[in-house]
Amino acid sequence: MFETLSHLALQQYWWIIVSLLGALLVFLMFVQGGQTLIYTIGKTDIERTMLVNTLGRKWEFTFTTLVTFGGAFFASFPLFYSTSFGGAYWVWMAILFAFVLQAVAYEFRSRPNNAFGPRTFETFLLINGCLGTILIGTAVATFFTGSAFSVNEYNQSQWELTSHGLEAALNFHNLLLGLAVFFLARSLALLYFMNSIIHEAIYGRAKKHLLYNAIPFLIFFLTFVIWLMLRDGFAVNPDSQEVFMESYKYFNNMMAMPLVLILFLLGVVGVLLGIGASLLVKDCTKGIWAAGAGTVLTVFSLLLIAGFNNTAFYPSTFDLQSSLTIQNSSSSQFTLSVMSYVSLMVPFVFAYIWYVWKSINNKPIDEEEMESEDLHIY
Amino acid sequence: MFENIDFALVNWSRAQFALTAMFHWLFVPLTLGLGFIIAFMESIYVRTGDPEWKRITKFWMKLFGINFAIGVATGIILEFEFGTNWSNYSWFVGDIFGAPLAIEGIMAFFLESTFIAVMFFGWGKVSKKFHLLATWLTAIGANLSALWILVANAWMQNPVGMKFNPEKARNEMVNFWDVLLSETAVNKFLHTCTSGYVLASVFVVGISAWFLLKKRHLLFAKRSIIIASVFGVISSIMLIASGDGSAREVAKNQPMKFAAMESLYDGQRQAPLIAIGLFGKPHDTPMHSESDQEFLMKIEIPNMLSYMAFLKVDAFVPGIKDLVLGNEAESIMSYKEKILRGYEAQQVLKAFKAAKDKHPEEYDRLKAKFDDKEWVEKYFRYFGYGNYYDPDPNQLELNAFKIVPPISLSFYAFHIMVALGGHFLLLFMVMLWLTIQDKIENKKIVLYTALWTIPLAYVASQAGWVVAEVGRQPWVIQDLMPTMTAVSKIDTSSVMITFGLFTVTFVALAIAEVRIMVKQIKNGPKEGGND
Ligand code: HDD
Ligand code: HEM
Ligand code: HEM
Repeated sequence: MFETLSHLALQQYWWIIVSLLGALLVFLMFVQGGQTLIYTIGKTDIERTMLVNTLGRKWEFTFTTLVTFGGAFFASFPLFYSTSFGGAYWVWMAILFAFVLQAVAYEFRSRPNNAFGPRTFETFLLINGCLGTILIGTAVATFFTGSAFSVNEYNQSQWELTSHGLEAALNFHNLLLGLAVFFLARSLALLYFMNSIIHEAIYGRAKKHLLYNAIPFLIFFLTFVIWLMLRDGFAVNPDSQEVFMESYKYFNNMMAMPLVLILFLLGVVGVLLGIGASLLVKDCTKGIWAAGAGTVLTVFSLLLIAGFNNTAFYPSTFDLQSSLTIQNSSSSQFTLSVMSYVSLMVPFVFAYIWYVWKSINNKPIDEEEMESEDLHIY
Repeated sequence: MFENIDFALVNWSRAQFALTAMFHWLFVPLTLGLGFIIAFMESIYVRTGDPEWKRITKFWMKLFGINFAIGVATGIILEFEFGTNWSNYSWFVGDIFGAPLAIEGIMAFFLESTFIAVMFFGWGKVSKKFHLLATWLTAIGANLSALWILVANAWMQNPVGMKFNPEKARNEMVNFWDVLLSETAVNKFLHTCTSGYVLASVFVVGISAWFLLKKRHLLFAKRSIIIASVFGVISSIMLIASGDGSAREVAKNQPMKFAAMESLYDGQRQAPLIAIGLFGKPHDTPMHSESDQEFLMKIEIPNMLSYMAFLKVDAFVPGIKDLVLGNEAESIMSYKEKILRGYEAQQVLKAFKAAKDKHPEEYDRLKAKFDDKEWVEKYFRYFGYGNYYDPDPNQLELNAFKIVPPISLSFYAFHIMVALGGHFLLLFMVMLWLTIQDKIENKKIVLYTALWTIPLAYVASQAGWVVAEVGRQPWVIQDLMPTMTAVSKIDTSSVMITFGLFTVTFVALAIAEVRIMVKQIKNGPKEGGND
């Protein structure tokens, strides 16, 4: 059935999948946000153990989503992979190290004789929480701000700045989004704690800190979005495939795709609702659901306006015509159609994940469980 | 042709990839095999309800978890590195290579990471049967991860099922099943997975032997030995069979690798197999010296090599010299000729690019060549050799000698792997026999051998990859792309820095991992840790 689709339709289908994976990843980074809050929210050892454990049961999902996002992007838009990873070397390497440290930290932290002591592994979690969120936000922001690279007629790419990606992390607008993601991840983590741990003191502290994190999130996020709607964007002429600058491009994209606009607005409302209700309603524990769904919708719609409606999703500020679009950077029609069959498995994957988590997580974590003998504890 | 190649950059990138891949491979094989061993143990527990089996299962499961974490941590490094360090490669083959990586994520990694959670957190929360199912699915998920990445690797050794697209300057997949089911992919999958089973069996047998030596947990140790040595014997046999299959496949598709593995300079009929050999001086300056006198000693099995490669004792096995210089009698094309043909293909691509927008007719004519099967077979097939072209015929001839992998490394790695394969099989049989006879406790020598075989299993496994990866140099994609052109254009110093960072990180991780493992093992099955 996928063979009958045009190349363009497949490219769009895959851009949607990649955007969805990216959106899920940003939501799941509440694990990272939570890692930066272990000492703020947990005042005693047992409290911290509860926090680490509730995060520890989810970190693999964030990690696997990151890996799958990377793999899917490589497979569907290989020119992006080769250009960005090979060029912005330092950003990707920094992200990579942050995640390598995380993966061992949970498993090793509370093991006897772990050579460096639990504090070291908690520091790894902190580094991952800060760097992971800020840098991934920064990297996504380059979809709108562009990078300095060129691509030759053999589609081999070259980065034109010797800072090899460090410049992206120092760009003001990129940082805005990076910090927005950072504070969003922390806010989501607090909502998640409120939902998944039964413990009065933790609940109270989480609520208090939610306010301190939601405000900077809103400031950074709104500044970024307003700036984005006002700035010139990288447009593509659909006939000649020539790239040119268009005023209010991203605003125009929202207007041209009303469905995306609706998703975006719904998303923002969802995030605000989740946070607001948790702050105002007594004993509210369900904020994570609204805010989580809202995050997915918001990020999804931002990624859609980066790639759809004749826009270059990975623009080059060095040579406009080197910019990557979903058309010039994708895999062949055949490969995309083969992978589309594989994508049919995704709903099935969601289903078993859902089922499994329901069957082992039907009750929130409490102190009793942390002290019980029969369970695997981080 | 080498003027725009920065060899320092290429070599540091290779070193970094080798370091990270070999480190990943320290943890992966144990995951592949131990997953199944645990699943067998838990199956027995569920059938018999005997709590001792539950203790046994949980003990090995704990070691599995520790090892698994670090396998995951190192796997993501390799995925990123294809982009960061081999970006030209990622483009040239991304259309084929990316798909298995994506499928791996969707199909295997989620399966593994979801059900491993049930394995660890689900005791007492889900039914026994569901828990057992989760254990099996975790093991299967791990092996599915191996499948897809090995399909990708196999395609690099033996590129099939694709067609070059000159407009995009890349290879595009045209037949998924050819890629998935190529003989290289099938052999590689079977051989690599079974090598993981063997390694895990050695691990379990070795640690159980330690408990017996310490006179602790005797029942636990003997039961573990039974399970692991039965699994070990079966997998060893499959391992040897699939290794044999790999060798035959290599002889056919990568004859130079095969010649290097056996250090065969002059091709011959009824070629003998060197069972054990020791070089006098490094063997890495091909062509300039005679091969035989460089061996300090060797023990040969007559005719065996010809038989192993082609199942015929009088089959001709080409040597390194035949492959480089050509051998008309055996109709082997020389590397010089391949270089000229590859160069021709590269020139056509260049002219095609130059004609774009300027000479539409010329453009179409050149484009048609890439669709012409005969031309592709005659010229494009040797595309990568074109990078060794030189207008000066003497230099060109010298360049041809550069298309030879490091020989002593390939030779030793191969022979070490094969010898150890025999040793493992023997060990499993002896252990199984003695345990069934209930005599194992007093056989100190056997028990110590089992314990000290653990590191050897890792040596064999790493040696296998050295054969596969070093033996195919200088190709990253056999005959199409030399390693030197695959690299990203970044500063050598950047790669040196990340290489240093990886080294420090890995040393720290390895120390932590080994200490935790040893501690958990010493704690033993009952007292152990939190669960
Ligand atoms: C899917 C692909 C793939 C897989 C599964 C592996 N490798 Fe590999 N390997 C490569 C893809 C690759 C590569 C990217 O293609 C490299 C980099 C440069 C080159 O020539 O090949 C490479 C190089 C390379 C080298 C350097 C060889 C040289 O330049 O002389 C070594 C020692 C290894 N690898 C070892 C391993 C080990 C121990 C692996 C076990 C996990 C492994 N490789 C799996
Ligand atoms: C260069 C090639 C490779 C890449 C890019 C790669 C990538 C990865 C990644 C990203 C992970 C983490 C998955 C997660 O999030 O759970 C991983 C883990 C794993 N990989 Fe690799 N891998 C490579 C080589 C191999 C090979 C050759 C095998 C087996 C034959 C293998 C088998 C596994 C297994 C079983 C895991 C599960 C974790 C563990 O090791 O315990 N990988 N790999
Ligand atoms: C006993 C007979 C054995 C034979 C004849 C054999 C043969 C081979 C050959 C020819 C290759 C190269 C395949 C290629 O380049 O594509 C290979 C690779 C490899 N071997 Fe073995 N091997 C044997 C035993 C072992 C043992 C004992 C281990 C480890 C426990 C092992 C682990 C590996 C691994 C990990 C690879 C790389 C994966 C691959 O290329 O298939 N082998 N082996």
